[in-house]
Amino acid sequence: MNVKHFIEDKILLFEMTEELDHHNTEKIRDRADYEIQRFMPKRVIMDFFRVKFMDSAGIGLVIGRYKQVSAMGGRLELLNVSDKIKKIFEMAGILKIIPIIDVSLESQRKE
Amino acid sequence: MIKSKKNEMKMEFDSKSNNEAFARISVAAFASQLDPTIEEIADIKTSVSEAVTNSIIHAYPNRTGLVKIRAILYEDEVEIEVSDNGEGIENIDEAKEPLFTTKCNLERSGMGFTIMENFMDNLKVESIVGLGTKVTMTKKIKKVHN
Repeated sequence: MNVKHFIEDKILLFEMTEELDHHNTEKIRDRADYEIQRFMPKRVIMDFFRVKFMDSAGIGLVIGRYKQVSAMGGRLELLNVSDKIKKIFEMAGILKIIPIIDVSLESQRKE
Repeated sequence: MIKSKKNEMKMEFDSKSNNEAFARISVAAFASQLDPTIEEIADIKTSVSEAVTNSIIHAYPNRTGLVKIRAILYEDEVEIEVSDNGEGIENIDEAKEPLFTTKCNLERSGMGFTIMENFMDNLKVESIVGLGTKVTMTKKIKKVHN
């Protein structure tokens, strides 16, 4: 997983890996938790641009980060969510509390 | 009407999490003989991943055991059986409830069976505590008429 820090805006962006299953999410969770605690972001964005496969482990990963980020007063957002992934999130009802953002972040991503 | 079997395969592997991708990719490759759509293959992969992950996490929480898969291809349907000789499920109805999980600490979402039910046409769960669990699911592969 790639991690990008936007220091001025206190935004942390996680680029999810291609396969989000139980095996891979364990490593992502550890890295994400470490980065969030260290950087204390105002916004955390999980970017699904690269994701080719996701099962319910992805739901657990998002809910877990949501709890962590909101406990510190931050906001979690999801980016580049394909229809297939969206369907899985919708089954768990999490899109009612966690927004998908569609705006292109390219301008901000120039680092 | 008796369904005529076209092909069948069996596989078994250790309940290690790095076999989750191996399992779903193998079953998807086998099912591709029925010429499914990309969507249908994705549904099969996700469902197999859920069933196999359940066996790895819940059937063998503190040891490595065997996870078995049997897949049968019919004319327009695939039947997939995922089984283990693990702990078993005490209350299947409760386990199937959306968001029900016994593994909150592992960030399990409790959506495994819900996803299998949604992505497959049929789901049957049989379990005996102390002996193991067998999940059988079927999916119709719609023939594309040009």
